[in-house]
Amino acid sequence: MSRRAWVQQIMGMPISIHVRGADVDSPELVAGVEGAFDLLREADRLFSTYRHDSEVSRIRRTELDPGHADPLVAQVIALCDQAGELTEGAFTDQLPDHDGVLRFDPTGLVKGWAADRAASLLADLPGASFCLNAGGDVVVGGAAVDGGGGPCAPWRVGVEDPRDRSRIAEVVELRHGGVATSGTAARGAHLYDSVAGTFVDRIGSVTVVGPCLMWADVWATALFVGPTSLPGLFSRVADGYRMISL
Amino acid sequence: MRRIVFAIMSTITVVVLLFSYHTSTSSVMVVGSPVVQRPVSPGPTSPGSTSPPLSSNKSGPGPATSKSSPATFTGNAADTRWGTVQVRITVQGGKITASEAVQYPQNNGRDAEINGFALPVLAQEVVQKQSASIDTVSGATVTSDGYLQSLQSAIDQAHL
Repeated sequence: MSRRAWVQQIMGMPISIHVRGADVDSPELVAGVEGAFDLLREADRLFSTYRHDSEVSRIRRTELDPGHADPLVAQVIALCDQAGELTEGAFTDQLPDHDGVLRFDPTGLVKGWAADRAASLLADLPGASFCLNAGGDVVVGGAAVDGGGGPCAPWRVGVEDPRDRSRIAEVVELRHGGVATSGTAARGAHLYDSVAGTFVDRIGSVTVVGPCLMWADVWATALFVGPTSLPGLFSRVADGYRMISL
Repeated sequence: MRRIVFAIMSTITVVVLLFSYHTSTSSVMVVGSPVVQRPVSPGPTSPGSTSPPLSSNKSGPGPATSKSSPATFTGNAADTRWGTVQVRITVQGGKITASEAVQYPQNNGRDAEINGFALPVLAQEVVQKQSASIDTVSGATVTSDGYLQSLQSAIDQAHL
């Protein structure tokens, strides 16, 4: 069992892909990893609010009708609507721009969505397991086997202590699924509470573990910014997901 | 830069490092990242290897070196609000045996004095904390800026 890592800076963050398998240098595997990075770059081109020519930027300037956007953009818009309904508004794709005006900004969902897309490609790599970390949100999968023919060891995902980032507060072991953490430790008050209309500036973090990174991330953000009733809603509707509140 | 693919020989160990110290000018909070570490054994150069955009230096064992030979990995220099920080780690037999900051703020005598004391202590903590065995870290969103990248890139270099 060998392991190999790749790192690229995409969407303004370091994205690493670690792969375990019997042959981590096979052309098929290397091409698969490159394909995964390609999908992430494609998401950046379509969705980045930092790129003047992205479809999302054009929608924000009302130059592009969402109805005429790329099918992938339409898919993300639908998912954002679904996320808003599911979390009773705690997740929102309407965020204050520099001028304070609310504008379409799906980037809170796009990171997980794009990572899941990349992960679904990596999951097809024969005899390999992968761990994709997109700026602190993690998705793992694949089906590498160990020397005895059984499944290889799960990935051990450390959850950082938001009050002391030198420490790991929890360790989550999983072979398939996502781990997303929302908090203010790395970027300050950037998470928006749409009900209060303010950015949340409390310390702490919420980590959500579940089968799909995108939904884990949506819930982690919603639970961090949302009302105290939200954990109850989460436990009722987010089947297969669990939260770690720190 | 020549790309060397390292075969993996044993367990993963992880180090989480925090550089948190105060200088005369401001409160310094430079946060190190999870260090996923693994013993490395040199393998053949892969013709299809992906070029990482990170331009880290790697000075390690040549292809003929045994797996127990030390290898060093140097992270990218990261600009922080307090100055440039760059970290180098040494890996031997699957353990981080040394960690040092090759660049750090020393804008004045006080900074240099404090860092001269603090950095060796923190380097020792890197070596000690690797006992927490994890593969990756989930945390609040990491951006491409800052020191985190520096140490993370040093670690990822060990697997590239």
